[in-house]
Amino acid sequence: MNFFLEVFTGGLLAGVMYSLVAIGFVLIYKASGVFNFAQGSMVLFAALTFVSLVERGIPFWGAFAITLITMAVLAWLIEVLVLRQLVNRSPITLFMATLGLSYIVEGLAQAVWGAQVHALDIGINDEPYEVFGILLSQFDLFAAGIAGGLVALLGFLFNKTRIGISLRAVADDQLAALAVGIKLQRLWLIVWAVAGFVGLVAGILWGARVGVQFSLSLIVLKALPVLIIGGFTSIEGAIVGGLIVGASEKLAEVFIGPLIGGGIENWFPYVLAMLFLLVRPYGLFGDKAIERV
Amino acid sequence: MLYKESGQFVTTYRFDKRFFRLKQERLAFALLLAFAFLVVPSIGNDYWFSAILIPFLVLSLAGLGLNLLTGYAGQLSLGSAAFMAVGAFATYNFNLRIEGLPLIISLILGGLTAGGVGLVFGLPSLRIKGFYLIVSTLAAQFFVQWVFTNFTWFSNNSSSGVITAPPLHVFGSDFNSPVGRYLLTLTVVVALGLLAKTIVSGELGRKWMAVRDMDTAAAVIGISVPKTKLLAFAISSFYLGIAGALWAFTYLGTVEPHGFDLTRSFQILFIIIIGGMGSILGNFLGAAFIVLFPILLSNLSSGLFAGAIDPGQLENFQKMIFGALIIFFLIKEPNGLAKVWQTVKQRLRVWPLRF
Amino acid sequence: MTNATQLLRLDGISLSFKGVKAITDISFSVKKGEICALIGPNGAGKSSLLNVINGVYQADEGQIVYKGNARKNMHPQWAARRGVARTFQNIALFKGMSVLDNVLTGTNLKVKSSWIEQVFNVGRAPADAPQQRQKAEQVIAFLKLQPWRNSIVGNLPYGLQKRVELARALAAEPELLLLDEPMAGMNAEEKAEMSRFIVETRQEFGTTIVLIEHDIGVVMSLSDHVVVLDYGKKIGDGTPDEVRVNPEVLAAYLGTKH
Repeated sequence: MNFFLEVFTGGLLAGVMYSLVAIGFVLIYKASGVFNFAQGSMVLFAALTFVSLVERGIPFWGAFAITLITMAVLAWLIEVLVLRQLVNRSPITLFMATLGLSYIVEGLAQAVWGAQVHALDIGINDEPYEVFGILLSQFDLFAAGIAGGLVALLGFLFNKTRIGISLRAVADDQLAALAVGIKLQRLWLIVWAVAGFVGLVAGILWGARVGVQFSLSLIVLKALPVLIIGGFTSIEGAIVGGLIVGASEKLAEVFIGPLIGGGIENWFPYVLAMLFLLVRPYGLFGDKAIERV
Repeated sequence: MLYKESGQFVTTYRFDKRFFRLKQERLAFALLLAFAFLVVPSIGNDYWFSAILIPFLVLSLAGLGLNLLTGYAGQLSLGSAAFMAVGAFATYNFNLRIEGLPLIISLILGGLTAGGVGLVFGLPSLRIKGFYLIVSTLAAQFFVQWVFTNFTWFSNNSSSGVITAPPLHVFGSDFNSPVGRYLLTLTVVVALGLLAKTIVSGELGRKWMAVRDMDTAAAVIGISVPKTKLLAFAISSFYLGIAGALWAFTYLGTVEPHGFDLTRSFQILFIIIIGGMGSILGNFLGAAFIVLFPILLSNLSSGLFAGAIDPGQLENFQKMIFGALIIFFLIKEPNGLAKVWQTVKQRLRVWPLRF
Repeated sequence: MTNATQLLRLDGISLSFKGVKAITDISFSVKKGEICALIGPNGAGKSSLLNVINGVYQADEGQIVYKGNARKNMHPQWAARRGVARTFQNIALFKGMSVLDNVLTGTNLKVKSSWIEQVFNVGRAPADAPQQRQKAEQVIAFLKLQPWRNSIVGNLPYGLQKRVELARALAAEPELLLLDEPMAGMNAEEKAEMSRFIVETRQEFGTTIVLIEHDIGVVMSLSDHVVVLDYGKKIGDGTPDEVRVNPEVLAAYLGTKH
């Protein structure tokens, strides 16, 4: 039983990381109706920039700030060069554009900072920690704490401020939002920059754990089932979805994996997401749209 | 006035439906085929066959497969490589395990197996729409790759799932030389290309496009949307399956499951974005671009900069250029190179006038 | 009150969206061969009712009797197979296809051959294709769409698109034709032309037509039977002359005190 709980909580904590990445998607999806496949490469870009700056002797917060500015500039470029040109196009077209974007950002990140793996030490040791007889990773707990704080911050930002109200208006009806004077392009810029910030935090946490390397960009593939389960439009959904995927993936890997040859964590979340879709085609927290004809 | 259509009257419905309505187009197509089948084999060298023409043809076919699903039926897929893998491994196993089965039959059975698998992963499309569907196709991508890596029965217990091409004999002729492999591939691709053209210009093609453009309206005029979608998945996967088998056997010779990873799926998607969604010709243009562009780029860099750029960096640049091109095409020419070609044709029709 | 001339009857249809009632307990019947107009202010539930008739929406309560078959829930395909065709308020054409192809899709239920037969042009396919094409050409000629036969529908002006949508519906040789605001956004000339097409359709093919229209002048001159809705309820039902003098209808349109 203890072993089960350990696997379960370990999975939940890993799931927090998935949630963190998924939140970046939800923000962008709500603001611009884009499923941003490039979110993973933004995580990579942020983490690579940050770690390369730290390696060049710039202190933590300095590197953090510079990276943040870089991400904002990147967001601005994306807004001007890509999104603005594709207003009113189909969601599938926008999705494919972000696929192209992911190639550019990945290529750029590696062209500038090189392709080697960087170790990143943020001063948290990974000694297990005992709580009620269950061993928990200290690092995971720390990451979960950061993610929780970030979620609270974003919750405040998008519920209590003007930006939040604008965001909800745009998510509801872009044209109507434009009509009441919401500056769509400024909002896009803010949201993409915030997504860049979330990407940076996620990148630092993931990078500290597995090293900053190309595979960071593949997080996008983990976040997708999380979004499907939670629904594309809900931050709560992203969190719950992340926890579900994290926990069930670990449990499946440990308990079902050995029976069928292992290595199932690549596809298991997808099969899980598909099962969810069959029951709830719009995700746990997603809005069910009534189709008007 | 080469491209003149006056004086060519269509007098029956059957004639109006022909692939190429104009005499000039029919002549050009016949010349192209004659050139590809008769002239190229005698002037091409092994490098051209193995490194350019065969991958070009196979990727065209794969693009065609995805285009039927995405460009015509409007169902986005990120799992093309999975269906290619199924086709390759199924063909390999039919050929291996059934004594004396002709290669062509193995190939068709391999394609049909891929079609069946495609149908299964298409089932969720009956309930979910838009890019929710990419989950199903990504599930196919990861699951299929896992199966072929983990269960070595499929690769006759070879290590890490590598399969090797059987000797290529068709109707008693030997197709193992580069030029033989080229001709074999060309024949399959031309036959399936013409078949696809027939499908998309007929009733089924219209149903696909109807579902793509507006599925509610399609249901209201009596089209069975589920059946239409599933047929798109099955036929698309059949094409991808054949392409996968050719990729393994006439192009590479040996292939491992990793050769059909997500990157390959993206590559196929890029072919249809650049070439043109909802166009048969577009797949060939897109594939030609995708095959030739990296070669051009590396030649350019070794020529201009005399190898000053290291290969890793070159790959990064290539990635960035590809990404930028995708976005460029989506913004400026959503119908891809096929549309560019059409515009050129339109110009030719009125030449020497401007409009 | 079933009789031989009755083609369609709605019995106590109610429909709501997320708890908001769109249609409340509506019943009326449509005789074979008549032109029946649904009128009422915006948001009265006319389009929703049309959507219920051919199963795009499912009613919460009530039943639909079509050609003597009573059904609680219609399904679009079931309706199509039994001769119901329609057009939509916001034009639901296949925008990437040519006019001819759009009209050809309308004939899809008449096709007997399977797709395999069609691909290899064997079996029943060689007979199907010319028949389909002939029907499509007939309709194209009827609605005078010949000049645009090979134009992509998405590039055509609005009025023409409305006509193409009618053509697609007619290609199915429907018994019951549902038209959702066929003249919306048209000028007087185009309206007159469309009215003529509608009348000719009934004359030529004996089609029963249920239509929604805002232009009262057009409605009164075109239809045999008018059903008036307001806030999802039926407030009038009868010949144009009867409806014209119905006090409730007048109140709804002129805003007299209830």
